Amino acid sequence: MKPIIEMNNITFRYQVEDTIPALNDVSLSIHQGEWIAIIGHNGSGKSTLAKTINGLLLPEAGTIKINGQEVNEKNIWDIRRNVGMVFQNPDNQFVGSTVEDDVAFGLENQGIPREEMLIRVKESLEQVRMAEFMKKEPSRLSGGQKQRVAIAGIVALRPNVIILDEATSMLDPEGRLEVIATVKKIKEENNLTVLSITHDIDEAANANRIFVMKKGQLIQEGTPEEIFSAGEKLIELGLDLPFPERLKAALKQAGLNVPTDYMTEERMVDWLWTSVLKK
Amino acid sequence: MNKLIFGRYIPGNSLIHQMDPRAKLLASFYFIGIIFLANNWQSYALLAIFTFVAVGLSKINLLFFIRGLRALIGLILFTVFLQVFFTNGGTIYWQWGIFRLTEYGVTNGIFIFCRFVLIIFMSTLLTLTTLPLELSDAIESLLRPLKAFKLPVHEFSLMLSIALRYVPTLMDETEKIMNAQRARGVDFSEGNLIQKMRAIIPLLIPLFVSSFTRAIDLAYAMEARGYQGGNGRTKYRLLEWKLLDTITILTFVLLTALLVLVRN
Repeated sequence: MKPIIEMNNITFRYQVEDTIPALNDVSLSIHQGEWIAIIGHNGSGKSTLAKTINGLLLPEAGTIKINGQEVNEKNIWDIRRNVGMVFQNPDNQFVGSTVEDDVAFGLENQGIPREEMLIRVKESLEQVRMAEFMKKEPSRLSGGQKQRVAIAGIVALRPNVIILDEATSMLDPEGRLEVIATVKKIKEENNLTVLSITHDIDEAANANRIFVMKKGQLIQEGTPEEIFSAGEKLIELGLDLPFPERLKAALKQAGLNVPTDYMTEERMVDWLWTSVLKK
Repeated sequence: MNKLIFGRYIPGNSLIHQMDPRAKLLASFYFIGIIFLANNWQSYALLAIFTFVAVGLSKINLLFFIRGLRALIGLILFTVFLQVFFTNGGTIYWQWGIFRLTEYGVTNGIFIFCRFVLIIFMSTLLTLTTLPLELSDAIESLLRPLKAFKLPVHEFSLMLSIALRYVPTLMDETEKIMNAQRARGVDFSEGNLIQKMRAIIPLLIPLFVSSFTRAIDLAYAMEARGYQGGNGRTKYRLLEWKLLDTITILTFVLLTALLVLVRN
């Protein structure tokens, strides 16, 4: 299968005189339908990476291919039809004066006829469960709701790839779960590729694969199990510990003998009750 | 945010809400034009009745309109004051130095007051019943002929709609920054003029910085969603000229005719 996103030796500097490039020789490939989480410390180049994928930033060296098509100045507009992006700050990406206008904004840009727009706006708002807020203004919505509208704006464009650029980092825990659940549902329904840049452990745990960035480089890549088994080293990578890991650390301190490999919550529950019975 | 009534929109479904924004915009400007035709009691009464019928049709609480007056009350009182005490003619009721209270002065003062109130009521009615976006759509549509003169109409209307969209956001932000600075000991209301102006700096600088950050973020978000300028863009919002709008315009023509009849 041909990868949907392919990056070869990408290097990017914000200023020519920067000695440490924001992205340093990054290569990766992502397949259609995958959920990828990119984690890393603040300033590790995650957001820059996301912006290079849809041509908001053009790399100084290396090539990026989306669906086999190379990203360059000529076809960035085609690329952007394929790659939708949800940004961090829910307030700053809300272009329209009402929910429906905001969802329609991208469609308007593509010159889609009005009858088609009416259908798509309604459909995509239903998909994120915001249809009843259609006529509302952004100042009347919560942060999580605004992000769901932003997702609807992307879904309406029917892209293959959705990039979440720390889309949940400014939300409360409830809004966070809401947004992740929404993206998950939409991904399943449309076989989308999701690239989520995150500090949030639940978001990363949903991923098929996790990429770890450090100082502009891709230093590690693996399934959540592989990455989370690093235990307390995760904090250095810019991630919280998953709850089972924290429980494990606490049990260890209390003098219990816990297994070292990563466990999901269910496996942790299983292990707990079996080990209590064994005593 | 509740202090500023101008530029706010109150959702509703009245006749006025349903009107085409272009008709409303034209009508509001036209009203300001014809108000200068009025020059006696009858004509002002006619305009006042017309305005209050329009306000009534909007089904919005009159309090909102009165609050709209508040921002301009200083200007109104100042103008009325000048008119009342510096107009000559008719019976002189009272005189003190250069101040003179005359019959003409009093009537003029009342006329000016009415004129202000009616203009403000009408423009408040426009903004209260029209979504900012509709308003900028209307402006774009009405300015379209100016494209022939190379005026960037689309850019202008986009600028306007984004500006309007960010008014409430920036107001909230201003309040937050003010509170944050107050918590650090800045006093915004005390002191003489220079001290007061100094106190504005810790409010203004962060506000500017955050506005620029917002602008950059918004530009990224717009580009990421494929914004390339006005060419080849379709419109989601449709402006529909309905019978109601034609009737409104005809009402205004009738009003003008009546005004010309009753003025002296």
